[in-house]
Amino acid sequence: MHVPDGFLDAPTSLATGALAVVAVGVSLRKARHELDDRTAPLAGLVAAFVFATQMITFPVAGGTSGHLLGGALAAVLVGPWTGVLATSVVFVVQCLLFADGGITALGTNITLMGVTTVAVGWLVFRALQVVLPRRTAMVPVAAGIGALLSVPVAALVFVLLYAVGGAADIPIDRLAGAMVGVHLLIGIGEGVITFLAVGSIIAVRPDLVYGARSVLKARTLEVRTTVPAA
Amino acid sequence: MKNLSTRVSNRAVALGILVVALLLAGVVSYYAASAPDGLTKVAQDQGFADTQTDHATDDGPFAGYGASFVDDDRLSGGLAGVVGVVVVLGLAGGLTMVLRRRTPEDADV
Repeated sequence: MHVPDGFLDAPTSLATGALAVVAVGVSLRKARHELDDRTAPLAGLVAAFVFATQMITFPVAGGTSGHLLGGALAAVLVGPWTGVLATSVVFVVQCLLFADGGITALGTNITLMGVTTVAVGWLVFRALQVVLPRRTAMVPVAAGIGALLSVPVAALVFVLLYAVGGAADIPIDRLAGAMVGVHLLIGIGEGVITFLAVGSIIAVRPDLVYGARSVLKARTLEVRTTVPAA
Repeated sequence: MKNLSTRVSNRAVALGILVVALLLAGVVSYYAASAPDGLTKVAQDQGFADTQTDHATDDGPFAGYGASFVDDDRLSGGLAGVVGVVVVLGLAGGLTMVLRRRTPEDADV
């Protein structure tokens, strides 16, 4: 979904640029609380993994391809604020080193594929944790569903931006239908990859997964309360 | 918690993620789908693909996920992928290591 230069006009690009700067600035402050000696080294690796996975474009229907965006994955593995930072680094490197995603669209791309997918992925993930059984096996499931939904929502945000400052005068309802349709399919891939990646780490070291902390904490408390009874 | 003694070490998890990332970017990426991505396809279908303007770093050595100084496609893309993984790891890893909360033992040093 890398937006190139020229798709959005200058005022819209400036606005998303400002939004991205604010989001990254707030994340720099908030990420401090998510990062300790155990999780900090993992955060850089998660960013590298998201970069690598974005190179693996998979085919979807109708001569189109898609790839992981990674916001939900990063949020669940290392925390949402750190997730914004990790994905933002990926988009900056892709833009400057690989000419993928316009330079004037860097703020747009961070807003769409970083901030939006992290926010949607994380909020859906947390909401599902409330209703699903409190087991670590549910963490990859909730992460996958959050990831699936994050992609069409990011596509919708692009449509909103295009309605405000798109370069061409095209029917927005048709754009919305096309964007959400294809990105729902890409979202399925996003969900599967996120499920597998989170599931792999959960299988070996659930304590390293940020999104599993609340489940593990609850489990520890449970053990303590049953000790006196036994 | 359980299996404290036999659990997979932090180092092994880190190494595992790094190896998978390097393999994906360096080797598997060659076999990735080359069809236009979702947005590009929609832009073509809806008739606004031609509003795209030139990218300022189009002439860079790794533009378009290839090493311009390597002729072989497989090597060129693989090298670009590995460079990307290393650069992202360095930047994001460096940033988060600077931001992290130090544990008391660590702060004493």
